[in-house]
Amino acid sequence: MRAWRDFVFGLLPISFSLLVTALLIVLVGKDPLEVARVLWSGAFGTSETLASVVNFWIPLTLAALGLVVTFRAGLWNIGVEGQIMIGAVAASGVALYVKGLPSPLLIGLSMAAAVMAGALLGALIGFLKLRLGVNEIFGGVALNALVNVASIYLISGPWQPAEGGSAQATSPFPMDARLPLISPIFPTSLLMLVLTVLAIGLIIRLLSGTRWGLQLKAVGKNPRSALLLGVPTGRSVFSALALCGLLAGLGGAHRVLDTYYSLRPLVSGGIGFLALLVVLLAAMRALWAPLIAFVFAAILGGTTRVRIRLQLDPSLAGVLQGLIVLTVVLFQGIRERYFAHHDESIEEKV
Amino acid sequence: MDSVLQNTLNTVVSNATPLVIAALGETITERAGVINLSLDGSLALSAMVGFVAAYAAQRSGVSAPVALALGVTSAALIGALMALIIAWGGITLRRDQVAVGFILTLLAADLAQFLGQDYTRIPGPTFPTVPVPFLVDLPVVGPILFRHSLFVYFSYVLLIVCWWWLFRTQGGLAHRAIGERPASAYARGVDVNGLRYLYTILGGALVGVAGAAFSLNLKPGWANPPSMRGDGWIALAIVIFGGWHPFRVLLGAYLFAALRAFASAAQRSGDVGIPLVLLNAIPWLAMILTLVFVSSGVLERLLRVLPRAVQNRARALLRSDPPAALGTRFEP
Repeated sequence: MRAWRDFVFGLLPISFSLLVTALLIVLVGKDPLEVARVLWSGAFGTSETLASVVNFWIPLTLAALGLVVTFRAGLWNIGVEGQIMIGAVAASGVALYVKGLPSPLLIGLSMAAAVMAGALLGALIGFLKLRLGVNEIFGGVALNALVNVASIYLISGPWQPAEGGSAQATSPFPMDARLPLISPIFPTSLLMLVLTVLAIGLIIRLLSGTRWGLQLKAVGKNPRSALLLGVPTGRSVFSALALCGLLAGLGGAHRVLDTYYSLRPLVSGGIGFLALLVVLLAAMRALWAPLIAFVFAAILGGTTRVRIRLQLDPSLAGVLQGLIVLTVVLFQGIRERYFAHHDESIEEKV
Repeated sequence: MDSVLQNTLNTVVSNATPLVIAALGETITERAGVINLSLDGSLALSAMVGFVAAYAAQRSGVSAPVALALGVTSAALIGALMALIIAWGGITLRRDQVAVGFILTLLAADLAQFLGQDYTRIPGPTFPTVPVPFLVDLPVVGPILFRHSLFVYFSYVLLIVCWWWLFRTQGGLAHRAIGERPASAYARGVDVNGLRYLYTILGGALVGVAGAAFSLNLKPGWANPPSMRGDGWIALAIVIFGGWHPFRVLLGAYLFAALRAFASAAQRSGDVGIPLVLLNAIPWLAMILTLVFVSSGVLERLLRVLPRAVQNRARALLRSDPPAALGTRFEP
């Protein structure tokens, strides 16, 4: 009875979101079944499309893992979007301007620059919050916008090639700076895949098996009593934000060293915001985040084809993802509010 | 007075108006203890819906004023609906208001783009400029304040009503009480959660009107991506800068619009010594700086420089303390 109820409550919000999305697709004059077919083949049709899903999954998962950490400390790190972006900018700077290094070193240096830049930006949000009293949500929103302005400035100005280029992107990176691909028919980076999987293990371990993870949880649950119990709350907040920025920065490096091979405006593409949704849906659990990230990455990857084939706006992906998260969150509330009593009474009878 | 300056100030007032309306709406909501974080998305969605409704109404042959009224009404309903979801999720279903608001802001922005995809960059009905008779002839301020669209006059009335309601009526006392000390208000027989619903929805409807003020007046039509992206966050920051006080909120919105007018004037003149793209950073730098300024620590240090006699007055004027129960749940 209980398991059945769990199943229904798990399925209801997803079906509801799919139904509403289908209705919205009808509203703009397209066939939802056709859209679903194209979406599926756009994600899983060939090994190349699957690789493009993986290429969304890598930065999405890295950012989501970082956010599991910041949420654990009770922080709303909206600045994650800018942390991805600044990682991409830093990696691009190295890829474009460091000459004469062997390829592995150059790539390593790019990634190091990306994680440092991301971590610094994360720490800056912590500094604004702890020292200057700016709530992390507003600090994050403003820093996102500032990084965006800076990246557009670099792309349209100083990082333009002397012989002239386009305002839409920097010139393509040299081959040595690009991450090697697994194979031409599965174009994604093995190194980044391995790093992402390692990051999953690392974050799970850090959060559940270390003193640091425990302190973080105490800060998130009740910062005041944590402080009174002797937890260095400031250091916890700083380190959580810096770690999140580090992971997001690595995701940003992937965006330019693997996916685009150049720096473009809005290079983070909303992946940071999407990662926030992933973590909300995963109820802040590090184990669930990569799985949900994969589903969301598939929706993102598939939408690319829907846009090309059916001329539907790519915001379709965000509509479906947003609806799923909203209904899941609200359904949890409905369940606790209206059905919790029944569950308890059933348990007592059994 | 220099007519160029007058024109600039006139533009500042009209550019600030959607921010004023949205920020006053949010002030009403937050004074009741609820955070509506969905502003950025709600503005986009209500702007899109307001424009499409007015456009469709006009195409079906109704007169322009009726079409415009329909547009504003549907925009307000969309804003109210967003707020209703936040109130229901945050109050009845006991979810985190910030989480629901953040999900909604992303969802609403994407919905606006998705549903508005066939309505981009087409001309539609717009609100005309209607000078107020007599008042527009006032020296200096007349042409600045009274040569505008109805949205601007609405924002003046809203400002006065907000202030009067919050600080001069019994109802306003209860309104502030449910945001500061809901338990005491409840003990005095105030229906805390019922009123929180009411003020959240009312504030959301005003955010919707602000959306319509973009798409039916300030930046007519619908574009993809929408031109007001980011303004919702700025409105939320203005509420903090404004210390949840209607007049300071208005001042904050005007200062912001003035800063933007300065930035775009500098961009047009093209001779400012720094790259033009970087001028887009100004509003966001200002957002951080103003939030740093009103956060008590920095302000206290600055206040200590003042002579003791003025310190308390200056503090009362500049301090920005959020409603004590902001973002918390109340369980009777």
